[in-house]
Amino acid sequence: MTTGNPMMYVGAVGLIMIGLFTVLSKRNLIKIIVGLTLLDTGVNLLLVAIGYIHNRTAPILTQAHADPSKMVDPVPQALVLTAIVIGLGVTALALALAIRVYGHYKTLDTRKIRGLKW
Amino acid sequence: MRAFVSFSVLALIVVGLALSLSHIPFGTDRMQVGNYYLDHGVADTGASNIVTAVVLNYRALDTLGEVTVLFIASLGLGVFLSWPKKKEGTQEEGKRELPEASLIVRRGSQFLFPLIILFGGYIFLHGHLTPGGGFQGGSVIASAFLLMFLGNNAYRLRHTPLTVTESLAGITFVVVGLIGLGVGGYFLNNFLPKGNMFSLFSAGVIPILYSAIGLKVGAELSGIVANMFESRSER
Repeated sequence: MTTGNPMMYVGAVGLIMIGLFTVLSKRNLIKIIVGLTLLDTGVNLLLVAIGYIHNRTAPILTQAHADPSKMVDPVPQALVLTAIVIGLGVTALALALAIRVYGHYKTLDTRKIRGLKW
Repeated sequence: MRAFVSFSVLALIVVGLALSLSHIPFGTDRMQVGNYYLDHGVADTGASNIVTAVVLNYRALDTLGEVTVLFIASLGLGVFLSWPKKKEGTQEEGKRELPEASLIVRRGSQFLFPLIILFGGYIFLHGHLTPGGGFQGGSVIASAFLLMFLGNNAYRLRHTPLTVTESLAGITFVVVGLIGLGVGGYFLNNFLPKGNMFSLFSAGVIPILYSAIGLKVGAELSGIVANMFESRSER
């Protein structure tokens, strides 16, 4: 079915699952944010792996590689470039919120923070 | 209970993903859009890096939105970390003096600082020719500031030059887009000559836009780093 290596997809989905599990089961806010970044990385990896075509090079024309038919799909790579930057902004904002929460409650445990239980 | 719920949610997602992904013939050939970009990208934009051509020419409006998202995130971070102002006398217990870094680390970071800035500038200036671009170059520049913060206890970044750089870069992006609107009839039109392929001054407005993005991202990320370090030293 796939001409590429299926381990790429398995690895990417595995990263997404590890991130989701961390977000769902951990109680420390910092660990939850680390889980979010793992999730983010997994999604980016999955997108790039979907765009990859076996035995083709990066979509950058050089004097040595000027044949567009030997290149992978550039659209997922452009998408992922955007997604990485957005993920960075989300992480920075979440960490700032965690700092504020710690300053207010003196803890990062979600069980001890009122209104953050499930 | 939480672990059980988490695992069942994960199992559901895995099954759903596997069912949906197994029907798509991955890795066989490119989609139509990708083929169009690869075949016509150089003729349309003059950029030999097709990813850059997509990000800054075909979908440049999305990039403007992306830069805006990053700007809002850094703005929100600054607001969260600086408001409300610290109340005196409540947080002495968390305040501890960090030991000064050794001479080698301090001098080494000061020696590397301009070189890393130079490398970041190289990356965003050559974004249309090589792998790289404004976002990557800006991150490299911010890493230089991070190194200075880590290596020098007393290092402080003045926020006014950062804000000025960021605002000027953002204004440059929008003004270039508006000039394109006036000259060619649509926003972010590539109105400059495309030049020779593989040369630095090619691809029309793309180097200008990527330099603006590089400076803006560098200033924003450096501001984020500075805000984080200052909030640590305050409490």
